Amino acid sequence: MNFDYAPAPESASIVDIRPSYGLFIDGEFTDPADGRSFKSVNPATEEVLAEIAEAGAEDVDRAVAAARAAYENVWGPMPGRERAKYLYRIARLIQERSRELAILESIDNGKPIRESRDVDLPLVAAHFFYHAGWADKLSYAGYGPDPRPLGVAAQVIPWNFPLLMLAWKIAPALACGNTVVLKPAETTPLTALVFADICRQADLPKGVVNIVTGAGETGRLLVEHDGVDKVAFTGSTEVGKQIARSVAGTRKKLTLELGGKAANVVFDDAPLDQAVEGVVNGIFFNQGHVCCAGSRLLVHEPIAEELLDRLKARMATLRVGDPLDKNTDVGAINSAAQLEKIRMLSQVGEREGAQRWSPPCELPDRGYWFAPTLFTGVAQSHRIAREEIFGPVLSVLTFRTPDEAVAKANNTPYGLSAGVWTEKGSRILWMAERLRAGVVWANTYNKFDPTSPFGGYKESGFGREGGRHGLEAYLNV
Amino acid sequence: MSEAGGVGGRPPTGSMSEAGGVGGRPTEKMSEQRLAVRKTYKLFIGGAFPRSESGRTYPVNAPEGRFLANASQASRKDVRDAVGAARKAFGGWSGRTPYNRGQILYRVAEMLEGRHAQFVDELRAAGLGGNAAAREVDAAVDRWVWYAGWADKLGAVAGSANPVAGPYFNFSTPEPTGVVGVVAPDSPLLGLVSVVAPVIVSGNTCVVVASEPAPLPAVTLAEVLATSDLPGGVVNILTGRRAELAPWLASHLDVNALDLAGVPDEQVGPLEEAAAGNLKRVLRPTGDDWTGDQGTRRLTAFLETKTVWHPVGV
Repeated sequence: MNFDYAPAPESASIVDIRPSYGLFIDGEFTDPADGRSFKSVNPATEEVLAEIAEAGAEDVDRAVAAARAAYENVWGPMPGRERAKYLYRIARLIQERSRELAILESIDNGKPIRESRDVDLPLVAAHFFYHAGWADKLSYAGYGPDPRPLGVAAQVIPWNFPLLMLAWKIAPALACGNTVVLKPAETTPLTALVFADICRQADLPKGVVNIVTGAGETGRLLVEHDGVDKVAFTGSTEVGKQIARSVAGTRKKLTLELGGKAANVVFDDAPLDQAVEGVVNGIFFNQGHVCCAGSRLLVHEPIAEELLDRLKARMATLRVGDPLDKNTDVGAINSAAQLEKIRMLSQVGEREGAQRWSPPCELPDRGYWFAPTLFTGVAQSHRIAREEIFGPVLSVLTFRTPDEAVAKANNTPYGLSAGVWTEKGSRILWMAERLRAGVVWANTYNKFDPTSPFGGYKESGFGREGGRHGLEAYLNV
Repeated sequence: MSEAGGVGGRPPTGSMSEAGGVGGRPTEKMSEQRLAVRKTYKLFIGGAFPRSESGRTYPVNAPEGRFLANASQASRKDVRDAVGAARKAFGGWSGRTPYNRGQILYRVAEMLEGRHAQFVDELRAAGLGGNAAAREVDAAVDRWVWYAGWADKLGAVAGSANPVAGPYFNFSTPEPTGVVGVVAPDSPLLGLVSVVAPVIVSGNTCVVVASEPAPLPAVTLAEVLATSDLPGGVVNILTGRRAELAPWLASHLDVNALDLAGVPDEQVGPLEEAAAGNLKRVLRPTGDDWTGDQGTRRLTAFLETKTVWHPVGV
């Protein structure tokens, strides 16, 4: 059977990208003190999208001072019910502008419009809506009769879910009464800058939200700043450890959401078609740029061959290409640097003796692309079984007994997520008890919700985001 | 002999410092002729009482300078052995039902109560007045009972069913973090039980560095734990130089969390920095008043939240 699809591009006319963007500090877009800037690139075309201001020490000082003043004079003293209404306003403005934001996200990040439109943006709005309701109910959250905010939160977020990670950081911080200085990733700053405009449309008091753009150095200046009371970071485990060291011995409260190498465990009684969909969603969703991606497939030996056949057949139907095409399943790799890392680790996989396979797949001439890939014959000692690749690359291992599945699944310094596929309820709960991971998806994968706490065990970080548990990160408890 | 007598109390001893119990503390004359049998204070690792592999000891003196005992001076190797024992015990202990853990902790409280007089004696040797020592032991037993009762309530208080926007059943449960390194405060009994009980009641196992100047009650607590059905390795207690042992705990890659309760301010930074090597959860010193209401903070500091999703359908 042959499936041909005519192009179905989403129009980008709703998006108005300005040639250059300043820093959003104290309610105004301003130029950086030393006038430095960097470029944000469309990873699907390698075209420059805009010049982005790069915040230096002086700018970070100003942003932190603005956040401090807003915390002490306006946002801290404001009754929770008033903060709530601002957050509801923001949620509504995001819903109103969700198509514009989805398209902009796909242009700047490379993710398929189907995902930015149907996953990222609905979750972003839901996150603000959910946390809005907490702002005047914190006394009932289980943290004592009158839990207090921390003050100024320094937040650094990654490029894989730019606006969703912004929502995960800003919504709970504001609901709990903190003010924020947020640094988006240098390859994906654009939706955060539109969010700044949404704060203005919402008449959010100046200084409550400040956005400073830049790369690693800007992030370092922000998290090491003496004037911040809270540091929240989502990104690599390596940088997370650096931040933990820099926060050591200070008063700052720290939460980290870091890397993963999740096992997706498929037993011989699993509903195979659903499991195949779950495995595909687990590793190829968002090009595999997902910290909780199911990057290690653990298959029960009796069904390994059959599952792999079905998986390969399904992978052959994935459409890789234009992120703005509504039929696209796998978009562009976010940056040249990330593409290089995925290529390097895949070559290491081959060199170490695993067998590499990709479906026939035509990739566009320009832009950063990587075909969906799986490795079989993978040993636990292989780097592709141990290191986070953060790309559309799946390592397949097998197991014979449930105990062996648990041992292999837990044989990693990470502990963010895991998947289990079986029709046997008691086995699901038995596995869920033993998997050392913060999120366990049983007969599903990569589901997110603002009411559901998310975060890791071990070197995947600490603290939770979402739900009642997520509030603790932003309260002085 | 009113202070040390009673069930579980130290046997009556001779008259002078030579003959006393804890470092020859003078007690009532009962038998002029009998020389007391002193205790050798050792480490507690994996349910056994070894000396330090280094062969080192250090003298423990009363505040006024009187010799009490030679305590083991644990080494880096002892830290590693203790972490190994704690890791080995983790699966079994965390796999017990909360009810069972609660019963074992309550049993510990029973054994503590039985050694009431001995602890009073040791606390007096460490410098507390008679009434203060008795009150301290009372509070320590009550504190342990309080934490024992949390075993089968944490799941309800710290867990949740989450109303996600879709056809999924979604619930969060608290789980123990793993192996916890505990640098105990100098409050030699009440402070000690106030940091150990909340760590283990949820299913963690631990390696405890006892108070450096007053380690003797910690070793006696180990004897209580060893006779309370607590599996070996759940609590391991080291005595020695805090500044020597704490950095090895902080940098050990098989330790998941640290309680820095007994660490002086200037050492918190370097220990936190070492702990970042494998992203240990760190509870900073809180300047805790060990006599007051403890809240749930020391319990929740060493818990992970696990969230499980499953589709709903027919």
